[in-house]
Amino acid sequence: MKALIEEFEKVLGKDNVFQDEADLATYSYDAAVLDPVLPSLVLRPTSSEALGKVVGMCNEHALPLTVRGAGTNLSGGTIPKSGGVVLLTNALNRILEINEEDLYAVVEPGVVTAKFAAAVEAKGLFYPPDPGSQAVSTLGGNVAENAGGLRGLRYGVTRDYVMGLEFFDANGELVKAGARTVKCVTGYNLGGIMVGSEGTLGVFDKIILKLIPMPPARKAMMAIFNDINKASETVSAIIANRIVPVTLEFMDNFTIRAVEDFSHAGLPVEAAALLLIEVDGHPVQVEEDAEKVESLCRRLGAMSIRVARDATERDKVWEARRAALSALSRIKPTTVLEDATVPRSRVPAMIRSIEGIAREFNLTIGTFGHAGDGNLHPTILTDRRNHQEWERVEKAIESIFDRALSLGGTLSGEHGIGMAKSRFMEKETSRATIVYSRRIKAALDPKNILNPGKIIGD
Amino acid sequence: MADMKQLARLIKELEDQLVVCMRCGMCQAVCPLYAETGREADVARGKLALLEGLVQEMFKDPKGVNERLMRCLLCGSCSANCPSGVKVLDIFIRARAILTGYMGLHPLKKAVFRGMLARPQFFDRLMEWASRLQGIFVKPVDDLLGASCGRLLTPLGERHIKALAAPPFHMRVKPGSTSPRAAGLRVAFFVGCLIDKVFPNVGEAVMRTMEHHGVGVFLPEDFACCGIPALSSGDAAAFDKLVHYNLQRFAAEPFDFLITACATCTSTIKKLWPLMAWKLSLEAQEQVSAIAAKTMDVSQFLVDKVGVRQADTKSGDQKVLLTYHDPCHLKKSLGVASQPRTLLQANSRYRFKEMIEADWCCGMGGSFNLQHYGISASIGKRKRDNIVQSECETVATSCPACMLQMTDMLSQAGDRVQVKHAIEIYAESLP
Ligand SMILES: Cc1cc2nc3c(=O)[nH]c(=O)nc-3n(C[C@H](O)[C@H](O)[C@H](O)COP(=O)(O)OP(=O)(O)OC[C@H]3O[C@@H](n4cnc5c(N)ncnc54)[C@H](O)[C@@H]3O)c2cc1C
Ligand code: SF4
Ligand code: SF4
Repeated sequence: MKALIEEFEKVLGKDNVFQDEADLATYSYDAAVLDPVLPSLVLRPTSSEALGKVVGMCNEHALPLTVRGAGTNLSGGTIPKSGGVVLLTNALNRILEINEEDLYAVVEPGVVTAKFAAAVEAKGLFYPPDPGSQAVSTLGGNVAENAGGLRGLRYGVTRDYVMGLEFFDANGELVKAGARTVKCVTGYNLGGIMVGSEGTLGVFDKIILKLIPMPPARKAMMAIFNDINKASETVSAIIANRIVPVTLEFMDNFTIRAVEDFSHAGLPVEAAALLLIEVDGHPVQVEEDAEKVESLCRRLGAMSIRVARDATERDKVWEARRAALSALSRIKPTTVLEDATVPRSRVPAMIRSIEGIAREFNLTIGTFGHAGDGNLHPTILTDRRNHQEWERVEKAIESIFDRALSLGGTLSGEHGIGMAKSRFMEKETSRATIVYSRRIKAALDPKNILNPGKIIGD
Repeated sequence: MADMKQLARLIKELEDQLVVCMRCGMCQAVCPLYAETGREADVARGKLALLEGLVQEMFKDPKGVNERLMRCLLCGSCSANCPSGVKVLDIFIRARAILTGYMGLHPLKKAVFRGMLARPQFFDRLMEWASRLQGIFVKPVDDLLGASCGRLLTPLGERHIKALAAPPFHMRVKPGSTSPRAAGLRVAFFVGCLIDKVFPNVGEAVMRTMEHHGVGVFLPEDFACCGIPALSSGDAAAFDKLVHYNLQRFAAEPFDFLITACATCTSTIKKLWPLMAWKLSLEAQEQVSAIAAKTMDVSQFLVDKVGVRQADTKSGDQKVLLTYHDPCHLKKSLGVASQPRTLLQANSRYRFKEMIEADWCCGMGGSFNLQHYGISASIGKRKRDNIVQSECETVATSCPACMLQMTDMLSQAGDRVQVKHAIEIYAESLP
């Protein structure tokens, strides 16, 4: 090992090889509620070339390797294999190109999402995927998790913006997928399998992202309902009327109360549900859509509607949604943020199930999320040190999965599988799916060094 | 190993606060230190995980954890932005005290804190000597900024420090008390070390302003340090001594508010005195909470209690462009940000303009600057760049420590930008 460490130091410089026990401990966790696992070494390449070399060296020595962006994933994707290597991408953080003529950008994997979005916006362009963690999350992590965000309904998720990728395979050889063109059918769609691969199939070195023009106008409103069904019918009606809002966010009564306690924004604490709706596009169309949405909300039984007239009011409307996680997470020490997702029309059924599960296991669960795309965030509030309660939490999580699947949904809309959900994979798919996936993994990574144990288990 | 068990037991005191961190990583977005180094051990999440690791007995040696815990500006940017409401600073301060108590204080620091700060008169005399002698060691480089750069190789290296002011505030202004007039209010003035010894003019501006508004001032004799240098080094014993000393001094006379012109002193008295008071006598605890409740920043006092308002800006005089830097200990720790701006705009000679990232830490962090000058300077450079980009001729702030850092950074870069305290700007407008 000592000789190998010297080799790494030669490639990366001494400062970029961490081996002190205290440093190692700070790369043993991510945002998932799971036990930390210590790596034996943490490496921070500062160039593409060094990145490729290091990957190759790990393979040569059969060292398990976990790539880490900001470490904000919620499924244990960056918790290393015991004794393995953690590879940091945060020194690979350059925006290499923003092309205003052809509407694409080329970035290194460690670029922070919000910084990229701001740089793009400064040129009047738009990169829509906006995960709640965007102030710190990296684009590499977004691609590897296929991250979503609040704008998924109208603008899709990270996958919809990846035009091409350059990545290192397990041997440290550079593989190129996709192109800078809108159309590209050169070879297999390798980018397709890399998006959402959670660091198990290759290490991204460069990402080509699609950009779109910034919509010139937008308008937000908040509608309050005394019945979840009415809120849900409203969601369906909006879409049936051929309006696709940028965002259609939902908060349940528990979350509304928590937010009101926390920020005193004047929310009606007796309301059963709250929808936050924003439309965007050309000013005339935005006005028209906003009016239509407003009248739909009224017709379908909204108790009250608050339309934001200017930027400050818009901010106020959004403040409630932004405060949701903070408000909930302060109630108890441990916050378990789930993201089971169901077809849009099944949202009320799912919410009722979650309420039932909370009662059955005697737990506190607040639910908010993206009603427009059926992606809910049941948030379990607990204290992990209370072992009895923690057992019930684990059972409740399993019940939530079961329920989502029986409603035709999926285990995870955007947070990924990682280690947290890998054992449930077969429930949603099939034995053959797992075997097929493992064969792909074994063929591409015969020594199983790339983030072993994630998604498809060991 | 047995030792690490004992340490684990001590740190476990903090467990209820530690578990609140959900490891979301959002503190990475605001930590000035992490922005420079990108090392997880430098951001709150990493440090909290290390403390948790001590509880879990994960380490063979506490040294590595201690070093990383001490590498922090205690700026509170993480706390202020934490979605989960983790009381990061409380945890770090208490953990520093536990670890230092456990591992022992560095002998040099021990000499400084126990010997000088905890014995104020002695400290004063020492600093007077230093101030008289410094002519030999430092020469003025920039009259505008009043910074000096080391002529000889002193331990201060590259710094362009402000020369110690000779004579200090406590020799310029007599202790004692004046009675309230127009305002019907009486304040106790907590001067603080840096204003006393480096920026006595700021102290004088406070006195002049209070006089102008008819506010009575009680200025005790032999005031001491607020204790933050000792506490941030984990020296709880010296800190307690200083708190006691101050309590005695300020118990001498009644007052409505205790004001300071130092953001760090204000937040230390308001937040850290009560945090660490649990081991004091009941009587002292009551005194501490009474004083903490009455303590406020001078601009907050003037705007909220005296009613100072922005000036009408009709006069077409040539105006000096002025910007403001939010001290972390004022904005993030106490939520005071609008009052100093009001105070600045009460002087119609200036035109106020926000710089970008006005509330990004200046990088001073008290003793952090002494121990990690390189990083402190690179954080400071970001502040300097933002000041210069604002094209203002003057930058004001509310903390003498930030003033020192900004002076150093601007002076090293050769910028002709004046650094002033908000109260100085306001006092200039008084007849
Ligand atoms: C408060 C909070 C809010 C969140 N909100 C959302 C949300 O709205 N929508 C959403 O989808 N997610 C959300 N998340 C989850 C998380 O932020 C996303 O999954 C994000 O994409 C992770 O980015 P990261 O840089 O932190 O990646 P990491 O957590 O560091 O890594 C995630 C995975 O990507 C892999 N990886 C990282 N870089 C590379 C690379 N260069 N090559 C190959 N593999 C790589 C890692 O190995 C790991 O498996 C949230 C998380 C938090 C804490
Ligand atoms: S300190 Fe706060 S912001 Fe930082 S990781 Fe913990 S919970 Fe998140
Ligand atoms: S106090 Fe400041 S320097 Fe220390 S961890 Fe928090 S944000 Fe970073």
